[in-house]
Amino acid sequence: MKKVEAFIRHEAFEPIRMELLDLGFPSLSIMEVKGSGRQKGITERYRGAELTNYLRPKVKIECVVASGDVQTVVDTILKHARTGSIGDGKVFVLPVDDAYRIRTGESGEETLQAHPGAAADAERVA
Amino acid sequence: MRVKTTLARGAAIGSAAALALPAVAAADSLEAYNNGALPDSVAINSLWVIVAGMVVMFMQAGFAFLEIGFSRGKNAGTVIAKILTNFSIAAIMYSAIGFAFAFGPGDVIGSDGFFLRDYGDPQETFAVMGLSDATIESKWFFQFAFCAVSLAIVWGTTLERVKFGVYIIYAIVFAGVIYPVASHWVFGGGWLQVNVGMQDFAGSTAVHMIGATGALAVLLLLGPRRGKYGANGKPRAIPGHNMPLFGLGVLILWLGWFGFNPGSTLNAQDGRFTEVLIITQLAAAAGVITAIITAAWKTKSIDIGMAGNGAIGALVAITAPSGYVELWAAPIIGAVAGVIVPLSIYAIDKKLDDPVGALSAHGIAGVWGTLACGFFTSPRLAQYNAFGDPDGGLLYSGELTQLGYQALGIVVVFAFVFTLSFGTFWVIKQTYGLRVTAEEEDAGLDISEHGMYGYPEQFIPAPELVGYAVAPGSRDVPAPAPSTREVPAS
Repeated sequence: MKKVEAFIRHEAFEPIRMELLDLGFPSLSIMEVKGSGRQKGITERYRGAELTNYLRPKVKIECVVASGDVQTVVDTILKHARTGSIGDGKVFVLPVDDAYRIRTGESGEETLQAHPGAAADAERVA
Repeated sequence: MRVKTTLARGAAIGSAAALALPAVAAADSLEAYNNGALPDSVAINSLWVIVAGMVVMFMQAGFAFLEIGFSRGKNAGTVIAKILTNFSIAAIMYSAIGFAFAFGPGDVIGSDGFFLRDYGDPQETFAVMGLSDATIESKWFFQFAFCAVSLAIVWGTTLERVKFGVYIIYAIVFAGVIYPVASHWVFGGGWLQVNVGMQDFAGSTAVHMIGATGALAVLLLLGPRRGKYGANGKPRAIPGHNMPLFGLGVLILWLGWFGFNPGSTLNAQDGRFTEVLIITQLAAAAGVITAIITAAWKTKSIDIGMAGNGAIGALVAITAPSGYVELWAAPIIGAVAGVIVPLSIYAIDKKLDDPVGALSAHGIAGVWGTLACGFFTSPRLAQYNAFGDPDGGLLYSGELTQLGYQALGIVVVFAFVFTLSFGTFWVIKQTYGLRVTAEEEDAGLDISEHGMYGYPEQFIPAPELVGYAVAPGSRDVPAPAPSTREVPAS
């Protein structure tokens, strides 16, 4: 079991989300975060005075997947998040000790199985 | 068409007014006052026209808040910069050449009154406004406020992606030439009004449809906001960030219309303005109600934005007929507008990205309001205003005469304004460019065009906003000051 944490541009999220759904990975969380990397800051000018902003807004995606699926998920993120410019973000893969599905009490990797029908399910709800 | 008779009547009114009333520009009125020869009516009528003009000026705030409410938070501040800049450019251009083109003598284009100078007797030169003896300065201010409203309408379709310089360039052309010439034809004593007999009391066509036509021209060249249409071409909602501000904008505009339509009497003494005001109110009220019902029927929800668009659409629709119809017709005209506007917004949204619904609320409703004169104009008011078929609209005369005049006017004005506007925007697109870059659009126009945010706390992280942070690479890191409220965890 691994946790994938990715810091990406806002506009990269939707394509990543759509492809992960197609591949059967509907389960993820996102956070709107602000952080800094090698990307330059933005200078705001307010009535003659300046204020430089080094912390830029990014979207953080978190998802925990079975070890065998990590590469698929990471590849999907890399594919859609890359523009080639500074500020594309980073992906981290972390080990996870255990996972529980609250509804049933099941634990272990089977709680993280891919759901190949996920895209169709999401379509039906929409 | 009774070209000759209407022309003759128009001329007769002008000369009759010139004979009956003293010349009233401020300089002359002071002299007349000193001689004890200034009628009280000059002061009374001027006061009303100025008060009405100030209310119309406040509509700028209405447009600002309506557009801000319907924009995302990253594009809030730019609207203020645009409104202030455009309002000011309109004042300079309109005083220099616009007013002369719009209200000076001439069938096709006005030719007197440039820079508000050397116009001789204003009652004679600006004969179309000769029914009122208000000073020419008050009339100028009132008409300038109209020009600024029309210009503000243009930009409703361009929110969140247009380059700021486009506002400036087009404002010069619009307030100097496009609006003055087109409005001259419709209500400035030009050929559509005098020779054809088109009726447009306060500007459903002359102000609102002209603005919406410019809005269509720029939208066709500008294209939709990024993300408005999905890969399958289906429109997606881009919700505005502040419905309360939108509502404030609608109510300010509604108030503004009490200057817009009743003020167009340019005359307080005949008491007509009070009736025009009630007509305006009843139309707007009916429009809100039918717009809510229409939106609930189509979308199963009581849509806040559609309630506001219904109000604006009905107010636009009643603008042309407000001085020509009887009270009973007002709620009907407003109610129809309240149905048309939401349906038109749903239809237009499938293909064109109009963030505030300007094409529907000002364009489609403006067309309906102008045509409404062809149905509902009452003979007594057609005769009093002395334009159009003295037998009234279809419901009174049983003839399509007036409706034909109205339709012709709409087609002519649309073709003229669209051609000039499209040409102007096309030239801007080829040279300066219409759109900001995709990156700037994502960041928002506030930061990319103006270097500042409308809502800094939302975009600048708190530590940087209050100045605790230091630039990356700096070694000069101040130690955090201990707070007296910090208690050890024991």
